[in-house]
Amino acid sequence: MPPSLLVVLPFAAIGVLALLQGRRTAVAAAAGGAMLLGLGLVLISAKAVLAGQVWVQSLPWLSDWGLDLAFRLDGLGFLFALLIYGIGALIVLYAYYYMPPEDGLFRFLATMLAFAGGMLGVVLAENLILLVLFWEVTSLASFLLIAYKSQYHDSRIAARMALAVTGAGGLALLAGVLLLGRMAGSFDLSVVLDRGDLIRAHPLYRPALVLVLLGAFTKSAQFPFHFWLPNAMAAPTPVSAYLHSATMVKAGVFLLARLYPALSGTETWFVLVTSIGMTTLLLGAYLSLLKHDFKGLLAYSTISHLGLITTLFGLDTSMSAVAGVFHIINHAVFKGSLFMVAGVIDRQCGTRDMRRINGLAKYMPDTAALGITAALSMAGAPFLNGFLSKEMFFQETVSHPGFAGVGDFLLPAVALVAGIFSVAYSLRFIHDVFFNGEPVDLPRTPGPPPRFMRLPMEVLVALVVAVGVAPQVVVGDLLRAAAAATLDGPPPPFKLAVWHGFNLPLVMSIVALGGGAFWYARRERLYELHERLPFAFSSPVVFERGYDAAAEGARRVMAVLDRRVLRRDLGLFLGLSLALGAWAWATGGAQPAAVPGPLPPTPADPLSAFAFLVLALGVVGATWRHRHRLEAIILTSSVGLVVSLVFVRFAAPDLALTQLSVELATILLLLLALRFLPPSGPPELARTPRWRVGLLATGAGVAAAILTYALLTRPFRTISGFHIAQAKPGGGGTNVVNVILVDFRGFDTLGEVAVLAMAGLGVRALLQGLRPRAYAGRADRVADRYPLMLRMLMQPLLPLALAVAVYIFLRGHNLPGGGFIAGLLVAIALVLQYMAGGYDFAAQRLRLDFVRLMGAGLALSLITGAVPWAFGQPFLKSAFVYLDPPLLETFELASAAVFDLGILLVVVGTVLVVLTELGRLPERADPETRPHAVSALPEAVPS
Amino acid sequence: MSLELLLALGVGLLVGCGVWLILQPRSFPLILGLAFLSYAVNLLIFLGGRIDRLTPPLTLPGFARLADPLPQALVLTAIVIGFGMTAYLVALGLRAAAAGDDDRVDPPPGDDAP
Repeated sequence: MPPSLLVVLPFAAIGVLALLQGRRTAVAAAAGGAMLLGLGLVLISAKAVLAGQVWVQSLPWLSDWGLDLAFRLDGLGFLFALLIYGIGALIVLYAYYYMPPEDGLFRFLATMLAFAGGMLGVVLAENLILLVLFWEVTSLASFLLIAYKSQYHDSRIAARMALAVTGAGGLALLAGVLLLGRMAGSFDLSVVLDRGDLIRAHPLYRPALVLVLLGAFTKSAQFPFHFWLPNAMAAPTPVSAYLHSATMVKAGVFLLARLYPALSGTETWFVLVTSIGMTTLLLGAYLSLLKHDFKGLLAYSTISHLGLITTLFGLDTSMSAVAGVFHIINHAVFKGSLFMVAGVIDRQCGTRDMRRINGLAKYMPDTAALGITAALSMAGAPFLNGFLSKEMFFQETVSHPGFAGVGDFLLPAVALVAGIFSVAYSLRFIHDVFFNGEPVDLPRTPGPPPRFMRLPMEVLVALVVAVGVAPQVVVGDLLRAAAAATLDGPPPPFKLAVWHGFNLPLVMSIVALGGGAFWYARRERLYELHERLPFAFSSPVVFERGYDAAAEGARRVMAVLDRRVLRRDLGLFLGLSLALGAWAWATGGAQPAAVPGPLPPTPADPLSAFAFLVLALGVVGATWRHRHRLEAIILTSSVGLVVSLVFVRFAAPDLALTQLSVELATILLLLLALRFLPPSGPPELARTPRWRVGLLATGAGVAAAILTYALLTRPFRTISGFHIAQAKPGGGGTNVVNVILVDFRGFDTLGEVAVLAMAGLGVRALLQGLRPRAYAGRADRVADRYPLMLRMLMQPLLPLALAVAVYIFLRGHNLPGGGFIAGLLVAIALVLQYMAGGYDFAAQRLRLDFVRLMGAGLALSLITGAVPWAFGQPFLKSAFVYLDPPLLETFELASAAVFDLGILLVVVGTVLVVLTELGRLPERADPETRPHAVSALPEAVPS
Repeated sequence: MSLELLLALGVGLLVGCGVWLILQPRSFPLILGLAFLSYAVNLLIFLGGRIDRLTPPLTLPGFARLADPLPQALVLTAIVIGFGMTAYLVALGLRAAAAGDDDRVDPPPGDDAP
């Protein structure tokens, strides 16, 4: 299967889930089906990958920046894809039973799928920048998952912490990857892995290494960034089981494995990675035993095991890398099942406190058997998968020369102590939860879980045992392929077997098992000792303090910068711009600072002078009388009229048509809103320092006038030659403005109609549920709200207006017109129906959901833009044919016209959403609070 | 009086009055002021194509010295988006008015709630 398909699948599945929203079982089935489908697709390519093939697939994206949609499926990616899809499918089934029945699961599983898609992107990326992008997707999706129970403060804090830590690590990783790409000369993984020697010899090697490791260590919860992981247990247990076994935290160690050939093999790598890994291994194991919450125990154990894997990669022998990959598999399997067991117990008992949960073996024997087996594997007991990789780990520490000058006993000693701890905490999980007398004061009487909730655990525990008993048969080939990909070369010969003879690692295992049992038996003493420790591990507290300090600092800076007074900020901004402009004018280089340029002035005709007078009267009048709102609106509309005449006068018919129709819509909008704006404000508002405002306004006006005059009297060289020359041959239209909009700069236009649609949605969101006060004008005082004459006139006018709009639209590519103008015309024609008959009257006859209309328009434009992709053409490449139907003129059918139709729909939708939402306000206006109005028209407002 | 001067004065008036209006403390003049400013800016960009070529930018036979189509295309979408912005501002103003029973733009002095 093409690797890109494996990455796209989960995201595509979200769309399917959205369609099934509200039907819990269907949603879960779809999500599980997607995971199983993915698993199947991964397995199809098993044969080729296990034979050592690497499938690299590359779609150009931003090639100039080194960023391509490049994916690769090799042994390592295959292993992870298998874990992500396989465990993902089990998790979906598990979550179906775990999550409360009233949870519709859509949000949960959709986020889960997005997370899985992000993980797959990370493990299958061939391009390093793409890897970082998907890395961020996992950080964001895990944030949403950890904060799933967002009504709880703990969840939100935990999610924030995880995002801050892993997000910061992601930034470091991005910087590291950019350095790596610079050193290697490419962001393609294949190239980077081949040029390890070049990278290691580069002076930037160490900074790059540290940055990449920061990314890996934050994600994999290595000391000192480990603290986010235990807090993330606030997430629902299926999330913990997925994120903290097979996926999220494994992304960090995956990165170590992925970049192993490029970065490892130096003393710096060994010292940094091994020491951090060792510290984490020991610390996690120690703290795990102290937790009374069994999910906390599992969390710290996860940290410890991640430390173990990190250590293995740090030891930097090819065999230790094999062991590292092996433990990634084993840990994912047993820890996944343990978290699921923990979730079952939590669900059945209502608590996670091991001091209260005891003796559950009696209440849920099957689950207990599963939990005990998995926990024994975690402890490293023989015939279970955890045993094998732990033995390999012991072997590696023994055979490694160790840190220079510290003595070769340090590594095995730390490994042994950590081994003892891990046996102890595993025993505690087994003994405290399943045995140790009777439960104490549980909120619920525990019972066995539903049959199929046990299935995922059974599958995983079966794997634990199968790998433990017959490792070579079950995972031998997989491990060899993954290790070969990790090492970027043939792995060392190894044979997985339960029995390697009586050797030092076996002795260490026996000592660990015995020591762990003893340690667990003496645990009360340990707790006492821990109480007396002179220091406490409390990185979360440090983190929270730092976070609060940063937030407080930001708030202080904002308080200085922004006093939250719009007028003050606007004034400052305008004043500064004016000062800068004046300075630039006065000191500006070669050009003389004189205002008039070399072009001779054009004498004004009387009509132009008259139009100017109208404009001046309108502007000044509206400003002067802005408290008399109706007058101000009418005066403003005269200004708009003159502006559209200016467009007519200077050869811009499209603009004139647009301005005219927008003017109509705007006036309607203002009239509709007017009644609901309070006529008078609090008295202190009248005390404005007028001279300052006057100074700014005069300055800005004079500056704008000077700028305009200077502009108009200076020659320039147009850059439109290309557009004019290519409009007909390239774009198939003679109206250059329209061709620019729908073809040359179509992508801009797409963005602009998207903005328009957003504004429409914003208006709708703002006005929805608003119960405004009507300040002036009462509907009941108007005798005839919907005059018969208007209604009689409007109904026959509608088809006429629509016909005009169709005409304007169709001719738009060649003559003034097009989607924008036609859209405005349609919208106004429809709005007139509302005005003539009222909302209900028109809504009954129109039956259009305008928000959907906007969406349909946007979708149409997008699809038209994307269709050329299918033919290997760039986005929005237009195609056209000329049709010569009988009886009609020859006209041209361009794909750009479909794009233009999308624009039309968005414009119609937006204008109608806005105007009908406003038009409905009177029905909702609060009759109780309606102040005494005196006139049907908006009143003059006292200042 | 030249045409250039009339246009420059028109733009200047629109900007000056627009600035005066957006610096008023209430939302209705703010909306009017922004409308004036968008007229002014649209005109300025449009006039960037100069006023000496007076044939609409249609590549039809017999049409020569076409007006610059690029500023026109820029301004066309700006006009439509201007409507979206005005509508959004009006909705914001209505929302604020419903919440506070006055249409002030800024919070009252001493009100430091974020």
